[in-house]
Amino acid sequence: MRPGLFTALLTSVAMVSGCSEGVLDPKGPIAAAEREILFNSLAIMLAIVVPTILATLGIAYWFRSSNRRARYRPDFIYSGRLELLVWSIPAMTVLLVGGVAWVGAHDLDPRKPIASGVEPIRVQVVSLDWKWLFIYPDQGIASVNHLTVPVGTPVSFELTSSGVMNSLFVPQLGSQIYTMAGMVTRLHLQADHEGSYRGLSANYSGSGFADMRFTVDAVPREAFGQWIDQARSAGPLLDAATYAALAKPSSAAVPFTYRAVAPDLFSGILGSAMPPHGNAGLVHPTARRAEK
Amino acid sequence: MNLLGKLSWDAIPLDQPIIMGATAFMVLVIATVLSFVTYKGYWGPLWRDWITSVDHKRIGVMYILLALVMLLRGFSDAIMMRAQQALAAGGAQGYLPPEHFDQIFSAHGTIMIFFMAMPFVIGVMNFVVPLQLGVRDVAFPTLNSVSFWLTASGALLINISLAVGEFAKTGWVAYPPLSELQFSPGVGVDYYLWSLQISGIGTLLSGINFVTTILKLRAPGMGYMRMPVFCWTALATSLLIVAAFPVLTATFAMLLLDRYLGFHFFTVDGGGNAMMYVNLFWVWGHPEVYILVLPAFGIYSEVVATFSGKPLFGYRSMVAATMAICVLSFLVWLHHFFTMGASADVNGFFGVMTMIIAVPTGVKVFNWLFTMYGGRVRFTVPMLWSIGFMITFVVGGMTGVLMAVPPADFQVHNSLFLVAHFHNTIIGGVVFGLMAGYNYWFPKVFGFRLDERWGKASFWCWFIGFYLAFMPLYAVGLMGMTRRLQHYDNPAWQPWLMVAALGSVVIMAGIACQVIQLFVSVRDRRQLRDATGNPWMGRTLEWFTPSPPPAWNFTILPSVGGFDRRMQAGGTQDYKAIEMPNNSPIGFITAFFAVITGFALIWHIWWMVGLGLLGALLALLAFAFRRREEVEVSAVEIARFGHAHPAEAAL
Repeated sequence: MRPGLFTALLTSVAMVSGCSEGVLDPKGPIAAAEREILFNSLAIMLAIVVPTILATLGIAYWFRSSNRRARYRPDFIYSGRLELLVWSIPAMTVLLVGGVAWVGAHDLDPRKPIASGVEPIRVQVVSLDWKWLFIYPDQGIASVNHLTVPVGTPVSFELTSSGVMNSLFVPQLGSQIYTMAGMVTRLHLQADHEGSYRGLSANYSGSGFADMRFTVDAVPREAFGQWIDQARSAGPLLDAATYAALAKPSSAAVPFTYRAVAPDLFSGILGSAMPPHGNAGLVHPTARRAEK
Repeated sequence: MNLLGKLSWDAIPLDQPIIMGATAFMVLVIATVLSFVTYKGYWGPLWRDWITSVDHKRIGVMYILLALVMLLRGFSDAIMMRAQQALAAGGAQGYLPPEHFDQIFSAHGTIMIFFMAMPFVIGVMNFVVPLQLGVRDVAFPTLNSVSFWLTASGALLINISLAVGEFAKTGWVAYPPLSELQFSPGVGVDYYLWSLQISGIGTLLSGINFVTTILKLRAPGMGYMRMPVFCWTALATSLLIVAAFPVLTATFAMLLLDRYLGFHFFTVDGGGNAMMYVNLFWVWGHPEVYILVLPAFGIYSEVVATFSGKPLFGYRSMVAATMAICVLSFLVWLHHFFTMGASADVNGFFGVMTMIIAVPTGVKVFNWLFTMYGGRVRFTVPMLWSIGFMITFVVGGMTGVLMAVPPADFQVHNSLFLVAHFHNTIIGGVVFGLMAGYNYWFPKVFGFRLDERWGKASFWCWFIGFYLAFMPLYAVGLMGMTRRLQHYDNPAWQPWLMVAALGSVVIMAGIACQVIQLFVSVRDRRQLRDATGNPWMGRTLEWFTPSPPPAWNFTILPSVGGFDRRMQAGGTQDYKAIEMPNNSPIGFITAFFAVITGFALIWHIWWMVGLGLLGALLALLAFAFRRREEVEVSAVEIARFGHAHPAEAAL
């Protein structure tokens, strides 16, 4: 297939899905890089898959038993050169895609901070039954089912779960990562364009799972500051007691914010690993971690 | 103290019309079948010829029958899910509440993998392998019967969960901590675990049986490099079963200890680690994929060679590719959870390994192509399934390699893209292969061919239905839709899911055509009769014995003289008496007590657990002290059969 035609095809696919806020309509550097990898790998493989499909149809049709013009060669059962070819074609393809995989796995490692001159925003994420808690430790506020981030700023996530495993996923910003109780996973994302993006849990977690959605608002820096100020001025306080209340199973929670967060709440959640009756304020030095 | 443990009338969901309707239907079907058997007076023959049979051919048929029934069950789950997701957009909730929907997708996956695909694969292996090897039965015929009945026990337990209690609401992988007592206190997960433990033992015994059969019982002259490729794939699959299923059993045993005795293997507290379960599950789970697909590859190899009218191209390459897949399949499991936070090196390694396993698979596709090249391709039903497979499977393989790239997987993991991918390989690879095998070997099993016209209709419905049902799922997956959503708020997904639902209806038409095909073929069996024993001009040994084969398979055991499997059988013409293994009810009895024990464990009815285990032990002792294990078929009878079927004598 000609590269021009191929690019056109992929772009049209991207545009069709682009209207629908999917992974083919990236709004940040991670998602954009991942889409490129997706397309590159697809292009490498289509170069062999399309001819194979056509050859299958062509050979089966030409060698149909009613075709008298096709030469019957019942002794054609081995050819060293062809054997070499059939092993090397997929091997070469895999060599290429394998390179993409190895390099991509390192470049886009979810733990790897995004290179940027801008100081990243830290967000601690707790998946609860069945809602998302986002703690901004540096700003001392928290929000539920709603994440506001400044545009063009890397966001550095630390994630854990109150119990069941979930997966934090904002398709238009890129990589998802599991959340697991008693462990921290890390993720770095960035939004380059203002807008409101859908986020969801991508790992089934029980009966309220379908409603485990949240919105990511990417806003200008000033608007982010205003949002922080606004959040600080109203709403409840998030401490061990209010956390225990929040952790009780419920679904489709309406987004709201906490004006302040008890220090070390996140590490307390991590250490207790078993809210609601855990000691959410307590820091366990032996908290297990998914990272080294 | 409650004598019935956790069991009470509340366990029957009388307030759920859909479940009760399904239960009523199930009971009605069973009652109809039972009364039909009673009315016709079939109980005696049924007991003697089937239930207690240790004949690998009959056991194979029963496996496949079980698989076909479970296909219907699993498919009804599928079509309900597709209908639910086609409806539940925006604010709509559809017609299935979460607690029901969650059971349906869990049951669909569990049933399709463990009780549709596995029994089908093992059933085909049972029927075909001993015939292709030119032997009278598998190595351990009675054990084979036990294997089958244990598998059937698991299937029975899982179907009881429909009417009594509930099934797991955890997805078919049952990841902890969700599947731990803390988050799933009901009996659903216990149904899941115990039915899979029981059937898992059956599968493991099958694996052992086939490894032994293939390694130790081959016709004289049949060296390894003269075995048909299907036997090679059966060997690879059996080795994988022997290596992988104990891992699953051990993993489930640990989860059971957590749930029953308060252990902390995978709990969130007490030092448990759920990541261990996820790893162990897929250490079994990825080889399982190849356990299913390798025999399907074997079937394609037989079918493509036969209907191209020439031997398989690159036999040695095929064998090498099969064994390479067998080994490599243990080195790729982590690609099921790139998103669990492993380091870039680990993710990269498993990504590359996953791609390497695509190389031997690609080799196989090319070799099938070259088998057709220079052949005389007859477009029979099995051949249509095979060509449909070659086209569909390369697409599924491509999306698989795509998801083996970790950064790409970060974006499509757990999405409907993934769902589309593994259905693309399992339907396009395994199911198409099993359907090809079903049409290909049916005349050998019953002595008459299946109707071609309905067979072709069925193929086209499945083929088109598959693309309609799963291509839209690739699209919505890329649009960010994750799997297992009972409802969703993004209206842009709905049109795609409606097309997918339509596709599942077309597949249903395909299944209907298969049922009709079977009825029509039985009705027209005289016209479709195959007197030659070799209707397709096949080259492997199973085609050189009458259809259906006698209990002893070969009146005169063949000996293999050449590489090309146009077999040359020798031997004297004087018929000798044949020792055949005795029928045995031990399989059925063991299974009976396994169901009792499993059910009692699920509902915590401890006295009944004791009773079940004691019964199984006593049955085993009684079996161990049996006096006669073989019965002699007299030379006169063999001779009479031999003269009546000169086709074989002319071999």
